[in-house]
Amino acid sequence: MADDIRVLIRSNLDIVTARQEGRTLAATTGFSATDVTLIATAISELARNIVSYAGQGEIVLRVVAGSNAKGVMIVSRDSGPGIRSVDDAMRDGYSTSGGLGLGLPGVRRLVDEFIIESVPGRGTTVRVTKWLR
Amino acid sequence: MEVPILKQGRYLIATIQAALSDEDLLHLRRALLERVIQFRSRGVVVDVTALDVMDSFASRTLRDITYMIRLRGADTVIVGIQPEVAFAMVQLGLTLEGVATALDLEEGLAHLEQRARSSS
Amino acid sequence: MVNKKPANVPQPPSTQSTELLRELVAHLREHRTQLREEWASRITEAQLLTAMTKDEIFAEATSVYDNYVEALATGTLEALQSYSRNLSERIIPRGVETHEVVGIVLLLRDVLARSLFAKYQGDFTKLNRILDAYEPAANRIANTVAVGFVQERERVIRQQQEAIRELSTPVLQVRERLLILPIIGVIDPQRARQLTEQLLRGIRTNRAKVVVIDITGVAAMDATVANHLVQTVEASRLLGATVIVTGLSPEIALTIVNIGVDLGKMNTVGDLQGGIEQAERLLGYKVIPAAEANAAA
Repeated sequence: MADDIRVLIRSNLDIVTARQEGRTLAATTGFSATDVTLIATAISELARNIVSYAGQGEIVLRVVAGSNAKGVMIVSRDSGPGIRSVDDAMRDGYSTSGGLGLGLPGVRRLVDEFIIESVPGRGTTVRVTKWLR
Repeated sequence: MEVPILKQGRYLIATIQAALSDEDLLHLRRALLERVIQFRSRGVVVDVTALDVMDSFASRTLRDITYMIRLRGADTVIVGIQPEVAFAMVQLGLTLEGVATALDLEEGLAHLEQRARSSS
Repeated sequence: MVNKKPANVPQPPSTQSTELLRELVAHLREHRTQLREEWASRITEAQLLTAMTKDEIFAEATSVYDNYVEALATGTLEALQSYSRNLSERIIPRGVETHEVVGIVLLLRDVLARSLFAKYQGDFTKLNRILDAYEPAANRIANTVAVGFVQERERVIRQQQEAIRELSTPVLQVRERLLILPIIGVIDPQRARQLTEQLLRGIRTNRAKVVVIDITGVAAMDATVANHLVQTVEASRLLGATVIVTGLSPEIALTIVNIGVDLGKMNTVGDLQGGIEQAERLLGYKVIPAAEANAAA
């Protein structure tokens, strides 16, 4: 229905822009206050990874329709160094000190669907979706 | 955007606005440390009521602030974390361990008073 | 830098069709009273909007008609969208259903189309051109109103479901600054999540400093739900509240230990009564046995 919202991520300031766009999109799509915050937080972490590890990339936001539901999809894309071991990155070595590594297991807990593709030397794409309850 | 820091007696109160960039946070860290030293403050309240998202960087920086200020012998308390933000934080695994938290400014100041009394 | 393509931009019409639309809009405005009445009577005939009185139907018909013609005239749908949302908010509580809203908008489309047939019947070519301009615009409008109504209905239903869920899990304030959350029965991850959200909101509203979560009535808990419980404790602390968990069965204690949580870090007490007493101590209440209290009074 609606079109994509693309946010170019090149600096820390773009992280704020990306999550505010995400917040607005989630709110207008009808998500509860809690889910809006979860979505904005997920976007913030994904955008932060782009800045920290790839230098630049983009975040794409779109409203999606499932068989029975509506949701928001966030695609985080970069042509950075990529992740050597996705398995390691997804392992929950995330202690309470927060901020260890890429924080991907944490992002996965915030969303309903989580798909990651990474090729060392070529880049990383993370695609997450949150459905309206 | 600079975070306003108010002095209230021996305490400092920093009130954060919603759209906080990484630079703003780092600036706040330095500013608070400078003022704690300048005013020999006993405690700092960081009010995050208006913060709509607490991500890993924000959480790390708040911990840094707490530790750095403790080195000057002062306590820090974070107040005003919104229910939705708290929920997202624990999902992400950010528990602000080692950092004191309170519901709001009033509770935060009460906490600092209590700490000051018990340590004096 | 944000690159956003706006949704629902109507195709810029050719000059010829702009001319035709203008002529058409003028006709609809000129015959406003008569067409509106015809529409209102067809609504009644079709037995739609039975939840509303004739006066109400007429009043809404007037607004819808004017907004409809305005949308045709300007080619933009924003005003219509916001009117549609507004209208939906008003009529949904009255029990108006989707088929009625779709029905009346289609009736309006038909009434207006017929009046165009009547006016241009002498000039078949012109009639065709007018319809070419009218039909896509009218269909977009019907779509906008119907979709707006359905979205509003969905929002209301979600709200009602949320309210029902909240009613079934009360967070109780028994003393100042003390909340109790008794959990009974089976908790699935969704309910667990909802409990957490409610509790956190309750902590803020009641300015609670201590929360007693009693799970005596919970038979079993899987790792996911146990995780939720731990997260609830952590999130509550972020709001400045201490959580005491009571009624922890040995099985659930084992589940929690197995997910890697140090039970020693969690504040647990055997039963609810004990939990409340500890909460009161934490809050600085002194508990005086009844006999002493009576003697002192």
